Amino acid sequence: MSSLVQSITPRPAPARPARAWSATRIAGHVLMAMWIIAGACLVYYLASNIFSPFVQKYWGKYLEGFVVTLQIVFVSLGLGAALSVPIALARASKVALLRWPAYGYVYFFRGTPLLAQTFLIYYGAGSFRAELTDVDLWWFFRDAWYCIIFAFTLNTSAYQAEILRGAVENVSKGQWEGGRALGLTQPVIFFKIILPQALMVALRPYGNEIILMIKGSAIASIVTIYDLMGETRRAFSRSYDFQAYIWAAVFYLIAVETLRRIWDRLEAKLTRHLKR
Amino acid sequence: MNEALTLISFGDAGWGDEIAQGVFITITLALATLPFGLCLGFFLALAKKADDPSMRMAANIYTTIFRGLPELLTLFLVYYGVQIGIQQLVKFAGFDLYIEVNSFVAGMVALALVFSSYASEAFLSAFRGIPQGQYEGGYALGLSRGRTMWLIVLPQLIRLALPALGNLWLILLKETALVSVIGLADLVRQAGIAARVTKEPFLFFGIACLIYLLLAMISSFGLVRIERWSKRGEAAR
Amino acid sequence: MRIKHLAAATALVLAAVGSAEAKDWSKVRIGTEGAYPPFNSLTADGKLVGFDIDIADALCEEMKVECEFVVQDWDGMIPALQAGKFDAVIASMSITEERLQKVDFTNKYYNTGPAIAVPKDSALTGTTDEALKGALLGAQSSTTHSNYAEEKFPSADLKLYPTPDEYKLDVASGRIDAVIDDVVVLSDWLKSDDGACCKLLGALTPDPEINGIGAGIAIRKEDGDLKAKFNTAIEGIIASGKYKEINDKHFDFDVYGG
Repeated sequence: MSSLVQSITPRPAPARPARAWSATRIAGHVLMAMWIIAGACLVYYLASNIFSPFVQKYWGKYLEGFVVTLQIVFVSLGLGAALSVPIALARASKVALLRWPAYGYVYFFRGTPLLAQTFLIYYGAGSFRAELTDVDLWWFFRDAWYCIIFAFTLNTSAYQAEILRGAVENVSKGQWEGGRALGLTQPVIFFKIILPQALMVALRPYGNEIILMIKGSAIASIVTIYDLMGETRRAFSRSYDFQAYIWAAVFYLIAVETLRRIWDRLEAKLTRHLKR
Repeated sequence: MNEALTLISFGDAGWGDEIAQGVFITITLALATLPFGLCLGFFLALAKKADDPSMRMAANIYTTIFRGLPELLTLFLVYYGVQIGIQQLVKFAGFDLYIEVNSFVAGMVALALVFSSYASEAFLSAFRGIPQGQYEGGYALGLSRGRTMWLIVLPQLIRLALPALGNLWLILLKETALVSVIGLADLVRQAGIAARVTKEPFLFFGIACLIYLLLAMISSFGLVRIERWSKRGEAAR
Repeated sequence: MRIKHLAAATALVLAAVGSAEAKDWSKVRIGTEGAYPPFNSLTADGKLVGFDIDIADALCEEMKVECEFVVQDWDGMIPALQAGKFDAVIASMSITEERLQKVDFTNKYYNTGPAIAVPKDSALTGTTDEALKGALLGAQSSTTHSNYAEEKFPSADLKLYPTPDEYKLDVASGRIDAVIDDVVVLSDWLKSDDGACCKLLGALTPDPEINGIGAGIAIRKEDGDLKAKFNTAIEGIIASGKYKEINDKHFDFDVYGG
């Protein structure tokens, strides 16, 4: 057996070839420069306005509006999640009498604009005051906030039901069979085996749904709710100062971006066992 | 029941013709937005898969902004902001003319901005589905980069991106409803006017919803046909 | 990305209907809302009618200029004027300090006060902040009346609507307890079939700080010559009796006010 006497001395990796100034690269740099200039202008504009009477007068309102937006989003998402389970179950049911109405429900709320649904519920309820008073529900539909929550909950429950159904169907049949072979009951299999796997798949669409709700909640401002968008429009309608909308854009972007990052983290953490 | 039928009939007593005009505006707006959104989305996808990091980043900033802003806010930003911006630019350049960004154009621009940032993702994932060999085959045949893209990659790209683009079209159709807020007489606004005048909000907004559903159904039907058409090459294999 | 600008440019070309225009004011574009009867409203077949419209026509005749009406939603009225969508606003816009920071105004062409209307079965008794405590009060957004409610009735819960039509729907259905608007607008509505639900709770004492000094014609700040023309014309139609004729056509009292 001969042994290696001399090995090749380690060498550094060859230097990366200098990237040519291709047309793409030039265009990319120009575009980035434009973004940076635009960003710098925006920061300068906002910074120069931070002590302006506009900000002095309205920043508290913006914060209040932001809290209202978050309330609307999370209350309707929570209620929608609860409502989505029976809908998804009905949608996957073998009984046609359950399946078809659920399908119709989902199709209606996913196929029509949230704005039209909101108007339908808000102004529609107003025209059925007598009937609603009879069944003692008028107090609920009278309040614009409840109406919005109601409309958004119905809307998001339809979307969430589809997410849930898609995720459950995505879990292979073998998982059910394996559970049954172990002698587990149907609910136990569902909650302990199927659901955790389904939720993993559903994580991304759920994140998207939250973002869609944050953005969609701006519609509440049209029916007299002072959410972030409502406060923005009120500020603009009094001051005619365009920075009203720019501040709102900053708020929304920060909210959505933060949420997206948190969600990415969460997903990476929950699916870490799937990484190869 | 008869009363409701009169209200939705065409002619002076009914609101049928006004609603039909609204439907026309809604469809026109969606159709007018589509080509801009698709082209923009396609080039954004190209930028996102470019090997130059600055290009990728520029494109990603664009999509982060327009996917993060509420569509309603984008609409207001375009409607008020672009108008003010243009007017100042014109004034700065020393001209005295008036360029109107009417609510239709504002709606179109805003919707195209949003649509393109989602469409770019659809195109990007479709690009990933096309093996490198397809490009190489094109170059080996002596085709230029542009012609390879046009003759070889694009036909496959469209097929791969169609399902996602179809969904985006359905979303676009629904988002056009927002232009009613900046005064464009689309379906929702016409229904709203009819609802206020006749005091029948449930009837008219209900009809508006049903019309959107109908449009969605027609679109789905059309999309299935287009998808089948785009796959005619596969079927022959 | 470059396409983005190209697309924007194309869209603008599509939109560019304005042309270079020497400002000799032979033609004046007038912005109005068309949702504020009896001052300005749209008929079922889309024609503008009302006091504001008649006054505008009379003024244009007096100035010997051609006028063209542009219908614009209320909350975008001042931005649209600034952006040049039209040259003057004749839409019952009150002359206030807040607005004077952005645009200029002619002298007033009428002056009326605010009032509050409530459903007929309403339990509200007075028009003080105390009496309205906790009540849901509707108003059109971006108006002096909404500002008045904000300042004078902080205990009431203010709801803002884009046009009067929406608050009328909501007060008729009982979703809100009261509405605040111009006394003439409310009276006109209460007289109609739509207004059968409601009654006038009381007229309010206008506060010049909030309600301004009457309704004027809003003009861009740089168009001082147009403002002067309008001012002369307002005096002209009052002197010629044309104003009184229009006043009597719409109202049985003097709307010009003190």
